[in-house]
Amino acid sequence: MPVSTDRLPGFGMAGTRGAPGPSRLLTRALARPSLPATVGLVVVVVLFGIRAPELLTVAGAAAVLEVAAPLGIGAVAVTLLMVAGQFDVSVGIVAVASALVTALLTGYAGWAVWPALGVSLLCALLVGVVNGVLVVNTGLPSFLVTLATLLVLQGVTLVGTEEVTGSAGIVGLSDSPGWTSAAAAFSSTVAVGDARFRISVLWWLGITAVATWVLWRTRFGNAVLAIGGARHAARELGVAVRRTTVALFCLTATAGWFIGTLGLLRLGGVSAVPGLASGVDYLVVAVIGGCLLTGGRGSAVGAAVSALLYAVARQGILLAGWDLRWFQALLGVLLLVALLANGAVRRRLKAVPRS
Amino acid sequence: MTGPVRDDGGTAPPVLELRGLTVRHGSVPALTRLSVALRAGEITCVLGENGSGKSTLVAVLSGLVRPDEGQVLLDGRPVRLRTPRRAREAGIATVWQDLAVAPLLSVWRNLFLGAEPLRGIWPTRRLDLAAARETTVQAMRRVGVTGLDPDQPASALRAGERHSLAVARALHFGARVLVVDEPSAPMTVAQHALVLQSVVAARAEGLAVLFVTNNPRYAHLVGDRFLLLASGQVAGTLTRDDVDAADLTRLVAGGDELTALTAVLTAAHPELDR
Repeated sequence: MPVSTDRLPGFGMAGTRGAPGPSRLLTRALARPSLPATVGLVVVVVLFGIRAPELLTVAGAAAVLEVAAPLGIGAVAVTLLMVAGQFDVSVGIVAVASALVTALLTGYAGWAVWPALGVSLLCALLVGVVNGVLVVNTGLPSFLVTLATLLVLQGVTLVGTEEVTGSAGIVGLSDSPGWTSAAAAFSSTVAVGDARFRISVLWWLGITAVATWVLWRTRFGNAVLAIGGARHAARELGVAVRRTTVALFCLTATAGWFIGTLGLLRLGGVSAVPGLASGVDYLVVAVIGGCLLTGGRGSAVGAAVSALLYAVARQGILLAGWDLRWFQALLGVLLLVALLANGAVRRRLKAVPRS
Repeated sequence: MTGPVRDDGGTAPPVLELRGLTVRHGSVPALTRLSVALRAGEITCVLGENGSGKSTLVAVLSGLVRPDEGQVLLDGRPVRLRTPRRAREAGIATVWQDLAVAPLLSVWRNLFLGAEPLRGIWPTRRLDLAAARETTVQAMRRVGVTGLDPDQPASALRAGERHSLAVARALHFGARVLVVDEPSAPMTVAQHALVLQSVVAARAEGLAVLFVTNNPRYAHLVGDRFLLLASGQVAGTLTRDDVDAADLTRLVAGGDELTALTAVLTAAHPELDR
């Protein structure tokens, strides 16, 4: 008996689905992960543009971008990790610790800057591998695993730095061999009018562009999206779930190293006094940028816009002469709004009949 | 819809053969010395109650679980299905019980997940979007879904279409062997029809089909051979000529209870016995 699958009743569907016209456009816009961050950015720019007009000058923009760049670099890496359904709160401490390793090797062991940077990168990667292997092998929540990493590293760096140097920081590294070329790569400036823009802004934009391309246009990116949204399905279809997850933890650790290096070369020194909050900041920026806590959805561009929002709000509060502690309250409100918006999107995306 | 009656007597060499397959979960055996041969253009139905080793068999064939003992032979040559990707490359594709559809990903990303078409050279090696979209439309048309936007998220598909997506993916990648693990979730008649149609269509295209199901009546409708499993061991192998649907129902564990249930019901309500 010839059997054809061409004419299955009830399964063929003709034409396109969804309302045409403006409402479809609106639906598409609402479906973009970066929408809440974009709306928030417009609001804070208008608000602080009125309260503190110097924010909107070229010098104001340069100051905002200098805050946003390292934050954005960390947030992009955390975004990719969150799309895969994992968290990393140890980015901030990896930044401090790897900067300290570089500083100790150059300031105390007399190394040149570039080899010291290479060794501190290896140390950061080691932290990433430990985080990743612990998470994939134990199945423990990555938030707690990286929180443990954060606490261990924080204790070790504080005590270790004081043991070696007798103080809580290392300064005066700018005459180490190789400093000039490293500073050119990581902290040179470009003058526009009376303002100076840091090269870190270029790094940030480049990393955001590459991350977007990797996420949407490569096999690795497809694996990241699938692991976060449907881990069981990804495993059944042969996606390298464990390898991809460990690679992403290495990526966030590398981002931490990069942030630490940017700070070290800008200041010519480093102090071992990290705030506990600095690790959570990247997570907050990533969530405001449209990451779902459950994974499967997020955007590097959203993270960039969100980092900009963070920086504008912070600089705006400074320039408006308010108490900077208002900034934390504002950030909390933004986070809550973003969580609610993302939750609404998620319910809509997941509102499908189970089969 | 009845399956074709075959009289080749199974003389064709098997496409896929399992010999003495043993899988243990810790010290508990999930499959014990299981041997089965799948031939091209034949549907082998695997029947058995929950925990009889059906899903372990599927997991071995799709590369998720490695057997502790025994051999898997593809065209007479031993192969090791170490990973799901390796199994797919060997031409063994699976329609998973949970369909393995990622709701947030687009239809074409779902179809190619784990085996995406690439173009360019490293470091700019990237997904071949045009080819992926076109192939997706073709593969979905093959299972009867037309006019589909390959970029819409899988969550926007109706339940039946999600089913079609899983079947289309398996048919696209399953060049030699199609493994169908029938969903345990309740399905509509139309969804059952889709699963059975895909199984029969794959047989018509000359694939060896392994159809895992709980339902002996559906199995008898399409199956050429029947493999009965009980606690990880082969409890019986039958051909279509050996049994009718009622016998098969009785043979499957739980069949006796069903007969008793039927007797009680028809005694209380004679109108049920037509």
